[in-house]
Amino acid sequence: MTELLATRGLETGYGTMQVLWGVDIDVGESETVVLLGSNGAGKTTLMKCLLGLLPQRGGEIRFRGESIGRLPTRARVQRGLAFMSELGVFPDLTVDENIDLGALFTPRARARTRAAELYDLFPVLKEKRRQAAGGLSGGQRKMLGIAKALAGDPKLLVMDEPSAGLSPLFVATVIRSLAACRAGGLSLLIAEQNVKFLELGDRVFTLEGGRIRFGGTPAEIQADDGLRRAYFGLGQDDPGQPDRGQAHDVRT
Amino acid sequence: MRERPIRRGFVREAGLAIAPLLALLAVLPLLYNNQLLLLNAVVFLVLAQGLNLTYGFSGYLPFGYVGFFGAGAYGFALATLHAAAPPLAAVLAGGLAAGLAGLLLAPLLRLQGAYFGLASLAAAEALRHTIANPDLEALTGGPYGVRLDVPYAPRLTYGLALAILGLTMGVVAFLRHSRFGLRLRAARDNPISAATAGIDVVRGRLTVWLVSATAAGLIGAVFAWSAPTFFPDAVFDISFSIFAIVFTLFGGAGTLLGPVIGVAVLYGTYTAIGVSAPQYFQLVYGLLIMALVMFFPDGLAGIRMPWRRRDD
Repeated sequence: MTELLATRGLETGYGTMQVLWGVDIDVGESETVVLLGSNGAGKTTLMKCLLGLLPQRGGEIRFRGESIGRLPTRARVQRGLAFMSELGVFPDLTVDENIDLGALFTPRARARTRAAELYDLFPVLKEKRRQAAGGLSGGQRKMLGIAKALAGDPKLLVMDEPSAGLSPLFVATVIRSLAACRAGGLSLLIAEQNVKFLELGDRVFTLEGGRIRFGGTPAEIQADDGLRRAYFGLGQDDPGQPDRGQAHDVRT
Repeated sequence: MRERPIRRGFVREAGLAIAPLLALLAVLPLLYNNQLLLLNAVVFLVLAQGLNLTYGFSGYLPFGYVGFFGAGAYGFALATLHAAAPPLAAVLAGGLAAGLAGLLLAPLLRLQGAYFGLASLAAAEALRHTIANPDLEALTGGPYGVRLDVPYAPRLTYGLALAILGLTMGVVAFLRHSRFGLRLRAARDNPISAATAGIDVVRGRLTVWLVSATAAGLIGAVFAWSAPTFFPDAVFDISFSIFAIVFTLFGGAGTLLGPVIGVAVLYGTYTAIGVSAPQYFQLVYGLLIMALVMFFPDGLAGIRMPWRRRDD
């Protein structure tokens, strides 16, 4: 598989506190990678570092074969990285304006076509396109965050906890939407605590204390007893294999 | 998303708000003979719109905004006194001086909230004390001010002030209906998210900051032209900043007509009470501002009328 994003020995932190310790992850073309980790594991820090919101202190970030670790955020976005976070929408701007801002580097004609496609993907947003984003429900705001991130035709969508604050119903909706994006060939890097997102993953990494503890397929993580206990709340001896759809959220 | 409505919105505001306002202000001297009062009203309109640019579109509230006004006034004075510049060129020099002061103070944009407001106030005070330094008397007149030998031209200065007002309001309307303005508003509301969308947050803030400074400098220069003698304390008076802020917030920041309404209501009230019942001036003025803050935190323009569209 062609490498799209790779980090090698990535280190960063805040002030005197180091958070990431030599992180190696990679995402291939049209691949979905899930980064599992509990609160404080360093997921958001890693996302920030990938986007250039936090300077790297060591190691390397490669995107499409180019070292981007010293580039500003804007240049990374121009190269095809998109970011979706919990606070990613502009509440005072309309749905239309939010999506427009997601396509800053896209030619106008393509941006219009893309917006129409996104409204087909998220019909509820089309109904509210002239409303301020601040008036949307949590789930609708999350969809808008995804739509905004997708508006610029990115090569890789990096997501920080897309399930945060959502009801299980909306989590399922978000997963369905992401599955549609994935089917369209988009690469995804999803940092999550909710193991339901393993449904989407081609590969999974676990992050603990700022270090990668595991890298493999979703089947492999379920075969590892320690990881099963940590992320699914079940051991080898527990009766029945956990259904992915009922997998536990480790956010407790 | 849609290019054409953005342009249409700009043309609509220019045609239905800016042009009628300028026309009204242009004929007012024929109906009301207090030229100085009218010029001062236009000066405050420009200051309110200039502050509206930086506060309404980047979220920075500069308490030291008067520093640019003073820099413009002294830019005009120094250009006429030491370079024998004709008045119109000196007005441009005033705008340039304020723009350069804005560039010099650009690092303040790294600060946030009250820290930025206080730092800008301190910078304006530092500029005032530098100009008022007795050691610089030969250059700036020091604390004794300047006496200008420029032809008194009330119609020209008033017309020039109107032109500056038209330009400043034009920039406000442009920002309200352009993609650049949309990026600025996004960066104002959520700078981190704006950066992750690829918006150059720093460049946007700096641009609007410099335009805002230049607007204050240009009107400061016109003010200097209309006042043959002035002192540092007069053109760096913090009251200019306070009034510009109050007028803008009263009407509604980020809107086109909000600051105009603010100046019309508050400057009108200020003048009316100051003339008829000066003993009640502070009381009535204070009550008016308290009522606004308590009941209309988004300013008068934030009051929703059933017939108004969202982007009006």
